[in-house]
Amino acid sequence: MALQFTLNGKTVEFGGEARTTLADCLRHHLGQTGTHVGCEHGVCGACTVIVDGEAVRSCLMLAVQAEGSQVTTVEGLSEGEDLSPLQAAFRKHHALQCGFCTPGILTTAHALLTHEPDADEERIRHVLSGNICRCTGYLPIIEAILDARAAYADGRRGKPA
Amino acid sequence: MKVLATAPSNEAPAIGQAIGRVEDLRLLRGKGRYIDDISLPGQLHAAIFRSSLPHGVIRSLDTEAARKLPGVHAVITAADLGRTVPTIPVRLFPLPEYQPFLQPVIAHDKVRYVGEPIAMVVAESPAVAEDALELIRADIDMLAPVVSLEDSRRDQSLLVETSGSNKGHYFEIGKGDVDAAFATAPYTRRERMYVHRHTGVTMELRGSLAEWDAERGHMTVWGASKVPFANRRILAGMLELQEESVDMIEGDAGGSYGVKGEFFPEDFLVPFAARLLGRPVKWSEDRREHLLAISHARDIEADLEIACGNDGRVLGIRGEIWANIGAYMRTSVVIAPRNSGQFISGPYKVENVGIHVAMQLSNKSPCGTYRGPGRYEADFFRERLFHLAAKDLGIDMVEFRRRNLVPESEMPYPMPGTAPQNNPTALDSGAYELVMDRCLSDAGWNEKLKLQGKLIDGRYHGVAATCFIEGGAAGPRESSRIVIERDGRASVYVGSSGVGQGAETILGQIAADALDVPYDQVQLFLGSTTYVKEGWGSYHSRSTVMGGSAILLTAEEIKRKLRAAAAMRFNCAPEEVEVSRGRLIASDGRSLAFADVSDQGITAEETFANHRHTYAYGTHVAHVAVDPGTGHVAVVDYVTVEDAGRIINPLTLHGQSIGAIVQGLGGTLLEHLVYDENGQMLSASFADYLMPLATDYPNIRSTAIGLRPSPFNPLGAKGAGEGGTIPVGGVIANAVANALSSLGVEPLELPLTPPRVWRMIQAAKRKPREG
Repeated sequence: MALQFTLNGKTVEFGGEARTTLADCLRHHLGQTGTHVGCEHGVCGACTVIVDGEAVRSCLMLAVQAEGSQVTTVEGLSEGEDLSPLQAAFRKHHALQCGFCTPGILTTAHALLTHEPDADEERIRHVLSGNICRCTGYLPIIEAILDARAAYADGRRGKPA
Repeated sequence: MKVLATAPSNEAPAIGQAIGRVEDLRLLRGKGRYIDDISLPGQLHAAIFRSSLPHGVIRSLDTEAARKLPGVHAVITAADLGRTVPTIPVRLFPLPEYQPFLQPVIAHDKVRYVGEPIAMVVAESPAVAEDALELIRADIDMLAPVVSLEDSRRDQSLLVETSGSNKGHYFEIGKGDVDAAFATAPYTRRERMYVHRHTGVTMELRGSLAEWDAERGHMTVWGASKVPFANRRILAGMLELQEESVDMIEGDAGGSYGVKGEFFPEDFLVPFAARLLGRPVKWSEDRREHLLAISHARDIEADLEIACGNDGRVLGIRGEIWANIGAYMRTSVVIAPRNSGQFISGPYKVENVGIHVAMQLSNKSPCGTYRGPGRYEADFFRERLFHLAAKDLGIDMVEFRRRNLVPESEMPYPMPGTAPQNNPTALDSGAYELVMDRCLSDAGWNEKLKLQGKLIDGRYHGVAATCFIEGGAAGPRESSRIVIERDGRASVYVGSSGVGQGAETILGQIAADALDVPYDQVQLFLGSTTYVKEGWGSYHSRSTVMGGSAILLTAEEIKRKLRAAAAMRFNCAPEEVEVSRGRLIASDGRSLAFADVSDQGITAEETFANHRHTYAYGTHVAHVAVDPGTGHVAVVDYVTVEDAGRIINPLTLHGQSIGAIVQGLGGTLLEHLVYDENGQMLSASFADYLMPLATDYPNIRSTAIGLRPSPFNPLGAKGAGEGGTIPVGGVIANAVANALSSLGVEPLELPLTPPRVWRMIQAAKRKPREG
């Protein structure tokens, strides 16, 4: 079995077992270890990736379901060594400590602000309530996402400035 | 207080700047290297067969079918380990008496908790290894499970039959003459209280990757964290290797909170398998295993009595404490039980203390340290007693605390002693009352008091304030090594571990100032046993103080060597050479860059030794609203001020405070490792073990200040990673008591989940009010 999908703008192929989750496919078959696995039952959100514009749990999705899709992971949010405006806001607000949950939070926030660049604090908290962070207490994460909204509103769509 | 990251100013000292973290640049781009991100060619994958029963005798183990599954390379059981199965030693404060209660690295005669390793499968892939687990059959004769402290104390079913008791060991906590104090005290009150089982629960799961080099007789283990050097010592002993033949390599760590990074059974089994099979072996835990088998924490009961004068001055505290330490005495087992007694006085002047602390075994996962070990429990016990005493004596709760805080003039103020192993320690410095008043002012205390006990829009409002100390900078030593590279940059190696707290950034700031170079001229390397000869790691909020002080010593030696090298070139005396901003300047104005002399091999390694602890301290104010219909406790406002001595990085310090507070709120209001009466865990998934979410606690205002440096280390810094968690249980419980004072509710047990609070309200309504 072989399937193709687009990962961070490049076509990739996967020919592993049908039971392979998208998360394991990304991490262990395609070598993209930025996506993390925290619970394998869809609660913690660490494995969140963007599939055809929607934030999804890659631990709850089989790799075969991604066939023909556009998949974006944390590695695809910025180019080279530059940080995207969202990533830069996370650094500015100290919105990460151990960094393990961060890729899933960044992808969740990126999908949200791409669709809703004017999301208010309550909306951001609500959407982020599907991602568990154990270090930061969330306050700086919410502040960082609020701060990053401007970059999405002015059409830069979160790409590096 | 909001703190934003800044780019380092090369003009100013790096210490004190809110420098954005160097770790962030890789972690934000998905370029971190956590243990499961690392793979080796030809690696095999391990999965653990764990006990599904809490207590029983292993009669037989059938692994044949598993061994025959295609792709399985080995099924390792106790029988493969030779004549004796190694046991995991106690790392901190060991005693020979603990020996019968140490955990074997794999169960061989009995199983003692659900989740205990019985066998390990090694296979071509993780999926095949997990498939093989399904084929293993264990025939276990179940014994009566010992679950609660009551079960444990009853000694009817014994974890270790030959010991005759489930009491693993004990501490006597003492100061002054407590019985004399009680004999004449005008006021006493005795209460039984309990802090439930919960723990750190890191977002990264545990894991290990080991490679054995048979030709060199050398073991390399990736995934080390928190205490790589101690774990190397333990592993080398078990594998009968020299310590130098084992390297523990630290990568990025997805949290520790005291829990992850200690030596667990898998930390032996994975390297053992790699040596046995001659192939690299990798193991990655899943979340269910994590919740079942990670070190648990808290689960401590107290029967304590307080004695006061009529003026509210505390005359003494005495009684008993029982810690449910789980099935074995593991590496850091003694810390929480001991601290739950020793820290009963906290920031207050209590001259007479007498507490017996029992460490009781049970058929639950073994306990270890978790952020504020024993201190969180002690704060709950003490602040609940203070609350009740103040109420009985008719003294305002703030005034009661004000009268008892240790005055600055009495520093250093000795804490109670501990036996059989003494852990002498003293409060180092602090303006306790000043910081309390700052916190009350920040909180708008007088305005809040107007809401005390009021029913507003269907919710009862309550406020409370409590004071705390934390405790950091454990000895005995820490090492650092600095190398001036050919381009003049400084590579700084430290025995401290990076566990997500930003140690690379913080220790880099200390190194930059100590070497007198711009911040971007230093690069930090942490934790791995290949970096320094002897390291200790990151626990007891020690890495900034101990690692930082080691850097200070090493930098002095480096600068001495740099001056000597420059003096040769300048043809002057070393004393005539000055080090400034990365340059070596002669008295006549000639100057050289570090790079100009670095070909002479400028390197130094030094060790800082210190046994005196630091005590960051402060006050928390909680404002809650309790819904009597559901029992839900909402945190309306939460205000804290903590004095951390000399602040290295205000950004990361603030982050530690907020994060620790929210963990404390989770532990107080949500998180609970629940076992049923049969010893089965009911909360082994994230759907059952509830942790704080982004919607839960948005109203936190935390300020960290640098008011009183510690006189006990050259930096003046104080460990400050745990203070946010320590007071939360006590202050929230007191705020709930104040909210529900019209009903007479006094919480004496945690967690304050909606069902528990609702039941307390119902019980109070049924009971006629006293006096």
